[in-house]
Amino acid sequence: MGQAEKPKASSNSKAVAHFEIHYTQLLNAQGEAVATLPAFAQDLDELTRLYRFMLLTRIFDSKAIALQRTGKMGTYGSVLGQEAVSVGLGAAMRPEDVLLPTYREYGALFQRGVAMDEILRYWGGDERGMCFANQPHDFPMSVPIATQMPHAAGVAYAMKLRREPRVAVGVLGDGATSKGDFYEAINLAGAWQLPMVVLITNNQWAISVPREAQSHAQTLAQKAIAAGIPGEQVDGNDIIAMRHCLTEAIEKARKGDGPSLIEALTYRMGDHTTADDAGRYRSAEEVEEQKQLDPVERLRKFLSANHGWSDSQDEALLAECSAEVEAAAQRYLDTPPAPPESMFDYLYETLPDSLQAQRQALINRRGNDHE
Amino acid sequence: MSETHEVTLVEAVNLALARALADDSNVVLFGEDVGFNGGVFRATEGLQERFGAERVMDTPLAETLIAGMAIGMAAQGLRPVAEIQFMGFIYPVVDQIINHASRLRNRTRGRITCPMVLRAPFGGGIHAPEHHSESTEAIFAHMPGLRVVIPSSPARAYGLLLAAIQDPDPVIFLEPKRIYRMVKQEVEDDGQPLPLDVCFQLRDGTDVTLVTWGAMIHETLQAADQLAEEGISADVIDLATIKPLDMGTILESVGRTGRCVIIHEAARTCGVGAEIAAQLAEYGLMSLFAPVQRVTGYDTIMPMFQLEKHYMPDTTSIITAVRTVMEAS
Repeated sequence: MGQAEKPKASSNSKAVAHFEIHYTQLLNAQGEAVATLPAFAQDLDELTRLYRFMLLTRIFDSKAIALQRTGKMGTYGSVLGQEAVSVGLGAAMRPEDVLLPTYREYGALFQRGVAMDEILRYWGGDERGMCFANQPHDFPMSVPIATQMPHAAGVAYAMKLRREPRVAVGVLGDGATSKGDFYEAINLAGAWQLPMVVLITNNQWAISVPREAQSHAQTLAQKAIAAGIPGEQVDGNDIIAMRHCLTEAIEKARKGDGPSLIEALTYRMGDHTTADDAGRYRSAEEVEEQKQLDPVERLRKFLSANHGWSDSQDEALLAECSAEVEAAAQRYLDTPPAPPESMFDYLYETLPDSLQAQRQALINRRGNDHE
Repeated sequence: MSETHEVTLVEAVNLALARALADDSNVVLFGEDVGFNGGVFRATEGLQERFGAERVMDTPLAETLIAGMAIGMAAQGLRPVAEIQFMGFIYPVVDQIINHASRLRNRTRGRITCPMVLRAPFGGGIHAPEHHSESTEAIFAHMPGLRVVIPSSPARAYGLLLAAIQDPDPVIFLEPKRIYRMVKQEVEDDGQPLPLDVCFQLRDGTDVTLVTWGAMIHETLQAADQLAEEGISADVIDLATIKPLDMGTILESVGRTGRCVIIHEAARTCGVGAEIAAQLAEYGLMSLFAPVQRVTGYDTIMPMFQLEKHYMPDTTSIITAVRTVMEAS
């Protein structure tokens, strides 16, 4: 990875600003504590809850890919390998906060009331998938890259204006940090001290373009410095560190102490989407190496070494999650298609007169199809 | 409590913004130089002083951000009114408007809505620098889920802007800056919106229908006056809401006159006039005595100000087109 050249000091120049980027890891790849752990690491209920959502997300992911491969769903964006990032985020947020996600934050969305069959419906080509029945405020997943970041700034401003102790959390990928939308949004967050947290999921690949080709910057976290806000790196495969660091950033923003940026270092184990073949642009050795850092396995090892988590408990939880995913998939498959004229029904609050004829023409055409 | 003011179009915009800020605590106003400086055209003059820097904000110089943050605010129940300083600087926000503002309601099946207004001065004729004079309303008029509204008088600027702010869906509100200070008109500051999605009939006539919007209303009315002296009676329609189109009013008028001339400053190809002409061909052909005529800007880059008067339609070109449709039948 590129290192910026250090500017030469001379007799008539002096350093006027100093920056450091810190990296946090609490559990190493073997699931061993490498630093003092936060209090929740003693709480088996909370750890089990986190582990359960990570397992659920992974099983959901594999089911979604299977549905796509068997022609029962459209293109899907996999989250394999990044479960600690989104589950840690979901655990750190409060219900009244607002999440502005990309398309890999399932682990957070599931904790925030979004149903698995809603996500499947979305990837199954049905807008109803983003009409979360039990989540009023979170934004729909943003497909255009980084465009949700200015929205996050607007959401955060609304919260600040109304003196609400709430936080907007915008998530984006490593490639997305190359876009102006990202910078414009974090710049405003800094200038106006908005209650906003930015989470970069650095999974090392933006489809086929590796992290080092996106930017010569040594870290992506340091992009926060240009916006006048703190940035840090966290081991994105360490759920304890993710939950801890995100909670600190979110609670700081909630108190009115300003925005933060966290770069989570993780790895996209799967293809970009089911329409991609990562084998074309990265080596099997690299993927094999990353497998050793697996976030789910890491927490399982920690649980078994520190909380007596047994194989039979593990198997029972796995079976429970699998059943839940299967039931959600069945609900998705059982969903009748929306009526074609529904494409008109959410364009405006009230359909303008000028569109009534087009809507009726669609209904008539559908009537003809049935003959 | 309402007062009547003798105001220009830009002062009417200011009056409507002040009224909206006073009546609804959810209304916030922001953009580049709109706060302390009151906007480069003074459309927001005095509003920061009156309503505070929390509700009338100077943003960093970042157009994508301005439109994007409006979307986030609207989703949270605010009524953001964002300003893009000139239409020539609106193109970075096209992504935010097309990919998000216009479709947030649709892609969440009504769970999240986007009641925002994006204001921008547009059009030529003020000897402005490069990139400051284009009329590209058709870009937004093409997009489902949006409203595009263009006032052409102080009273309509006041009433239509209030309507746009109260509308539950996103509105692109384009202000014809050439007529910002052209005429004064009595406007009652009563907080009453004018209806969106309908045309305004400015003159009743029997021989020809003139359809236009924005600053071109001025030349069109002048042409109608001159034609009246020749004994040609023109119906003049101000489109006002460019999207969605009120074709009912236009078809009704053309049904009576049998002739139609459409006037707009924007380039000809795929301009809004093309859509009106197409719908007249589809639904009004049998009442036409003559082919529909369009008087528009050329399909060229809007020239810099030395040549701009040659680009823009004028009274003579409108009268020539009317003579053409009169002679055809």
